[in-house]
Amino acid sequence: MRRFLRTGAGLILTAIMLFPVYWMVNVSLTRDTDMRADPPHLFPVNGTLEGYRAVLDQQLPYLSTSLVVGLGTVLLTVALSAPAGFALAKLRPRGGGALSFILLMAQMIPGIIMAMGFYAIYLNAGVLNTVPGLILADSTIAVPFGVLIFTAFMSGIPDELLQAAVVDGANRWRTFVSVVLPVSRNAIVTVSLFAFLWAWSDFVFATTLDGGGDHRPITLGIYQYIGNNNQQWNAIMATAVVASIPATALLVIAQRYVAAGVTSGAVKD
Amino acid sequence: MTTVRRESRETAADAVSRGPSGRGPGRGGNRHRAEKPGASRRHRGQWSAWAFLAPVTVYLIAFYAWPLYRNIELSLREYTVRSFVQGGAPFAGLDNYREVIGHDTFWPAFGHTLLFTGVSIVFQFTIGMALAVFFVHHFPLSATLRALFLVPWLLPLIVSASTWSWMLNSESGIVNAALGLAGVDPVNWLTSPDYALWSVIIANIWIGIPFNLVVLYSGLQAIPAQIYEAAALDGVNGWQRFWRITFPLLRPVSAITLLLGLVYTLKVFDLIWIMTKGGPADASITLATWSYKLGFGNLLPEFGPGAAVGNLLIVIALIFGLIYIRIQRRQAAGS
Repeated sequence: MRRFLRTGAGLILTAIMLFPVYWMVNVSLTRDTDMRADPPHLFPVNGTLEGYRAVLDQQLPYLSTSLVVGLGTVLLTVALSAPAGFALAKLRPRGGGALSFILLMAQMIPGIIMAMGFYAIYLNAGVLNTVPGLILADSTIAVPFGVLIFTAFMSGIPDELLQAAVVDGANRWRTFVSVVLPVSRNAIVTVSLFAFLWAWSDFVFATTLDGGGDHRPITLGIYQYIGNNNQQWNAIMATAVVASIPATALLVIAQRYVAAGVTSGAVKD
Repeated sequence: MTTVRRESRETAADAVSRGPSGRGPGRGGNRHRAEKPGASRRHRGQWSAWAFLAPVTVYLIAFYAWPLYRNIELSLREYTVRSFVQGGAPFAGLDNYREVIGHDTFWPAFGHTLLFTGVSIVFQFTIGMALAVFFVHHFPLSATLRALFLVPWLLPLIVSASTWSWMLNSESGIVNAALGLAGVDPVNWLTSPDYALWSVIIANIWIGIPFNLVVLYSGLQAIPAQIYEAAALDGVNGWQRFWRITFPLLRPVSAITLLLGLVYTLKVFDLIWIMTKGGPADASITLATWSYKLGFGNLLPEFGPGAAVGNLLIVIALIFGLIYIRIQRRQAAGS
């Protein structure tokens, strides 16, 4: 009996916590004429898909840019951090401790400060407002986290496994590619998911480094939406709903990875 | 072949003794072995280890150290738009820092940063702790509901910020409508200097609760059930159980959670910028938003002062970051 009381309380708490999310969905389905209704409609009676039509019409380029940026960031992050994690976990590099320390500190640096330095560099290098430039900058959010996760995970790989590969005549690189990487699938998934999510959600680098580009990510799409048409909140919220899809997918597909990722390292930018 | 095997077995033993943090004992062992004839092989091991680390090292230098260096350089020179593009800005020493600290916005921004960070963390932590204690008892649907609690954390900040902006809208927001039902006059949440900072704090608390919940929950799970069973035999009630057992045992995890929360909250920029742009009249400006505003928010950018504010923020964040690492090290050594 008490268990079910708890479930009831849990449902109420969750409902309160998720009310803003519900409200976003509700507003995204509200007609323009009902938008300023007083009191606001709690349910999308006379709902409309106008907002979502506007997303299809106007926001697809932004969404596809974000997809490209997200995937690019994932590739770059995994390519950089997996070998580094392997070395730190298994190869005993001199100065490895110092490197781990630097990576830990790197996570503490506010993004806005990185953005200003990047802006100065990108301006002179002529890569301002380009997709590769944004991918590079976004990867700085994920690479330190990636190395820490890979190090933690790969420390747990039994040494016998690596020795067996050596006995079979594999060198370090072969060992890494054909033994270590396959068994590190969970870590790869965790790092990829977070790298994608962070790149997809990034606003700081987007607004500073890609504010005037031809290919801008969805965060800027929403931001400019808010600035331009203050009235069409169903379209704004519809875009927000669509922009939340990767987060939801991450939650549904990979809940256990998320929990594992959190406990083995520090997260959230 | 056998020598190679022995070599790698030694490597494994050392790696274990050194632990996952990659530090500590084992260093003495290294030096000892380096004097032996196997030294050249050890060197080869170092080479291949650093071959794996080379990409990330180059990356760190190019995309962390260089931007940070550029940022420091920006803060030490007198930049104009022209010299920003073409170079040749005169060296100004600490002028930018002096200008920034003497600026009318500095102390408000500093105070807002403290208030924003402090209030956010107190509420995030308290609510997160209460929820973690609530969820640690298993009940039907508990895992699902706990997962749903993560949603605010995973949403892009632009999504949360714009949703809260609309909810807090003066005329058509649901919050004022609900207050109206309770007989409270509408509040100009985002447009009044009295409430703008509190509005962004409320939204930030909402975003931060899941992180606190997740970390504290995993900490709670590590407390052995026998302790609670023993306490139950002694007739301890729920309130005492929390304050005498759970809270003290959770202190290390709490310290880490609070410090990480601190570092992450200090640098919040997106949320405030999207909701209020630091306004009205700088009423919700923090150091991070001020830094952006100086560098990018005006028609005439002031990169020097903007970078100076940013560097002050880095110093504050790094101090707390170092405390975090110290505590974590001590805990790792203790466990």
